[in-house]
Amino acid sequence: DPQRTAFLLRKQWSLYSVTPLYRFCEARLRDYGRQLGAFIAAERQKGLAVEVGVELDVKVAVSCLPDLKGSEQDQAALLLQLSTRSPTSKKNSEDKVVWLGWFCCVAGDELSENLPEDFTCLPLFLVHGAERYTAIVGGWFQKTFDCYFRRLTISPLSLSWMAAMWAGCKEDKATSAMELLFSVPCLPQPLDISYAIHAEDAKALWDTVQKTPGEITQEEVDVFMDCLYSHFHRHFKIYLSATKLVKVSTAIASAHSDGIVKFFQSQYLTGVLMLLTELAISQIQ
Amino acid sequence: EKMQRRQSSKTPEQPSQVHHKTQTDLSAWRKGGRTGPEKSVQYHQFPNNQENDTNQGSLEQALSYFKKVQDRVSLKKNNVLQDHLTTVESIALQRGLPPEGIDVLLNVALSGKFADTVNTRLLKSLVPASVVPESCVVSSVSWLCVSKCSGNIQLLFLRWLITVFDFIDHKEQLHALYGIFFSFLQDEKMCPYVCHLLYLLTRKESVKPFRIRRLLDLQSKMGMQPHLQALLSLYKLFCPEQVTIALPGKTKIYFKNSEGPWKAAINTIRQRNQEKSPVSQVLFLCTAQPRSRKRKWNTQLIIPASSTNQNNLEEDKEQNHVDLYCMNESFPVEQLQTFSQLLQNIHHLEFPSQMGSVLTNPLLLHYMNCIKDESIYLRLYYWMGQTLQEECTWCVADNNKYEEEFKDFLETVYKTECFLQEGFSSCEVFLYRSLPLWDGCCCQSQVLRLLSWIPLSSFSETKSHLYDPMAQLFFTSSLYFKCSFLESLKELLQNWLNWHVIHLDSESDSQVPSLTTTLSELVNVVAELIHFVGWISTVALRLENNPTFLLYFILDFYETVCDMYLKYNLPLLIMPPAGVFYPALLSMDSVSLNQLCYIMYRYRTNLVAAKENELSKKKMLQFKFSRQTYQEYNQYITAMVGCLWTSSAFQKDIHPQGLHMEDELLKKTREQEFKTSFNIVYHPAMMGYAVLFLQQAWPGDTTFNFNLIKKWNWYLEYLYAQGLKGLKVFIESSINRVSQTS
Repeated sequence: DPQRTAFLLRKQWSLYSVTPLYRFCEARLRDYGRQLGAFIAAERQKGLAVEVGVELDVKVAVSCLPDLKGSEQDQAALLLQLSTRSPTSKKNSEDKVVWLGWFCCVAGDELSENLPEDFTCLPLFLVHGAERYTAIVGGWFQKTFDCYFRRLTISPLSLSWMAAMWAGCKEDKATSAMELLFSVPCLPQPLDISYAIHAEDAKALWDTVQKTPGEITQEEVDVFMDCLYSHFHRHFKIYLSATKLVKVSTAIASAHSDGIVKFFQSQYLTGVLMLLTELAISQIQ
Repeated sequence: EKMQRRQSSKTPEQPSQVHHKTQTDLSAWRKGGRTGPEKSVQYHQFPNNQENDTNQGSLEQALSYFKKVQDRVSLKKNNVLQDHLTTVESIALQRGLPPEGIDVLLNVALSGKFADTVNTRLLKSLVPASVVPESCVVSSVSWLCVSKCSGNIQLLFLRWLITVFDFIDHKEQLHALYGIFFSFLQDEKMCPYVCHLLYLLTRKESVKPFRIRRLLDLQSKMGMQPHLQALLSLYKLFCPEQVTIALPGKTKIYFKNSEGPWKAAINTIRQRNQEKSPVSQVLFLCTAQPRSRKRKWNTQLIIPASSTNQNNLEEDKEQNHVDLYCMNESFPVEQLQTFSQLLQNIHHLEFPSQMGSVLTNPLLLHYMNCIKDESIYLRLYYWMGQTLQEECTWCVADNNKYEEEFKDFLETVYKTECFLQEGFSSCEVFLYRSLPLWDGCCCQSQVLRLLSWIPLSSFSETKSHLYDPMAQLFFTSSLYFKCSFLESLKELLQNWLNWHVIHLDSESDSQVPSLTTTLSELVNVVAELIHFVGWISTVALRLENNPTFLLYFILDFYETVCDMYLKYNLPLLIMPPAGVFYPALLSMDSVSLNQLCYIMYRYRTNLVAAKENELSKKKMLQFKFSRQTYQEYNQYITAMVGCLWTSSAFQKDIHPQGLHMEDELLKKTREQEFKTSFNIVYHPAMMGYAVLFLQQAWPGDTTFNFNLIKKWNWYLEYLYAQGLKGLKVFIESSINRVSQTS
């Protein structure tokens, strides 16, 4: 149901890899919410004790997102939502969401297959909100489930894969262009080169490169990128292959090498997450 | 009963108390007249025994006085009271008070019969000589409840109680009074001390929701108070599902110094008695961690503190609901401080919430050694693997500022591996990944030492991941690096061999067929390592021009290799390559030559044992040593005997890379005495000994005529006496000296 994941679109998410959670239990989400809420309150006012379970100024909601799965073996995604009630607003007004984070695993069989029962595999963590909350929530998870969070950066090679994969996707309204951002290394001042291609041109190029539909090889990705580079060189006499690809942005999604992504289309959400899950797992193993 | 207890607490060093047995007749002392303060001062000049006897008597008098006091008495103009008070004070400070004395004085001080000045002086004198009886604490609490004494005296009493808490003989009744103490929290002045007392008394069953709420109310009234923080932290430790608190980084001292005037006196008396005193309870809640730098939240190299797994606590609670009689309450790891605690609680101990914390907790490492559970290692694997990757100073840009921290971390990992006698697979993966990028300098000694714990199981990777990158570094690095690396490889070999021996033992115990590594695989892996060391040693000796220092580390490695068959039960023997053997044989240094002799002796012993086993066809027939090994050994032995004994080094040596030279060629060198230039007298490494021997045997001779050394028996005895034990065992085993001795 695209409606249920619509709120994940058009937000900027920072990526983390997470090692398997030890003794995580899906039946105790309410409990976790209470614990985490009290933990956040205690961390925010260090030195003051907080009773678990009472109403606090930051509310924590922990829930499942069952739609975000690649296969039956995948653990259901886990959504964390921190909200505050502003003192000025009316009693019945809705809480203001200040921070969002979710764990997911789309087609993560490679990691989950060999894990003992006590471990839960949710290797990808996405965050939208202030880092101080990320620190507290991450800290609580690390303490409670003995896991380890690491920023997940995306290599230029993975970015070029994304460019090729997303160029070939069918879109209803092919309005937005594909944009690639390159950074030139070893300069005293940073210099970025932005390279925009009409979506239908990119798709046309990819269609000539791809041999078997539904299958992509590293060689095809290289050919696709080389074509773009030589086209650029013909016009500007600049070899893009000597620069570093730092960002890919299409109508499907955008991804920055620092590990920041945005999703634009519900129908391709799990597809993009599958690739990101793979990257997260390779960082863990 | 009281007397018995007192006596049992005595120590032989205290003659006074042995005497005391006879000093029970108080009346005898009364006849002696008044013992006022002036006199007791006088008595100080008398010998010890008499002084003690006198003191004892006056103390008894004082106590019986205080016991009988009926009504309010004022201090002024009351000489009797003044005298007794002074007696009590001086004796208390010198020797402490017996349990019944404490009982008497507490009762009178809290009953409000005297003015506060007297009560204060009495309370300040309450220095226990042995124990504080629980009963007197209980009766004191009832005095407190009827409020006969002033607030100041109540405070002083609480401070005293905290100080002597560990001297109280039993605590069960005190625990029953928990609620009464808790109610004292209302008093603002008493609150800090009551908190401290409750901190000492609290057990898991003391933590109740209504108490938590009461403390939180106090907190909202009084704000952040260290004593409340401490008590609440303890509550959180026992019941994290009900209350939580995060302490600011700086918090360290929770309770003001409530030791009061007694601590010094108690310590003095304790020292004099030299008895084992109760260990005072340590504050174990300190959660503050040193943070040397500010970085992003998830990239700090911090080994987590041991803390109870909250997850499990709750599960336990749920289980308890089902089975109330099930005593599976777990022991909080924060409280685990001593080895005896570990032994007592090992059946209900839980691993901490973050496995990484075991690295700095030897007690938990002991526990880990007992519990073989896959999830323990998996948790540690993920945590350590990610930390190593994230913090590696030569793989991650911008990390080089933090080399010291990373060094400490690697050091800790290494020490843990030594403690567990086991390598971590996460560490192995890290080394394989990062060695190709390593410059050989960064954290050098730590990395080299970690190499020695690479586990045996994954050998197919050692060549490309370990030997190839390390060989490049080895050849291009300093002599010191070369020696350190060889040392590490020796440790690695020994760790593998030890693993193999233990594995053999456990196999024969359990009768279960071998796990993953078969014997032939093991033999291949070990052989690969030894050939690698042979190769790099040969090259290094040439590169560095045969320094003794390097030769020592190389031969040290072979000291392990030559004994593998007998010492480690491994059917494998590999001779050193000629590039190692000949530099050692022709070394200018007797240390190297002696070491080589010892190694060759051990090779011989091992080969002989193998041959005997082979002949009797007892075991390990699938692993016969090849003929080549025996052949190589025989070639080397021939060369050695020629070089050290028969003076025929150039004629007899048959090794293709050996010393053999045609006589024609030797003549061309115009060396007159080439025939004798290599034997036990003329060998360059031995010539120093030969000179010294000549000087001792023929003191007048200044011609250095080595031909004088005809009787080698004497000379050999001299050499053996100089500590050349390797040479001794070699000559005694490998050289047929029938003609010499006869």
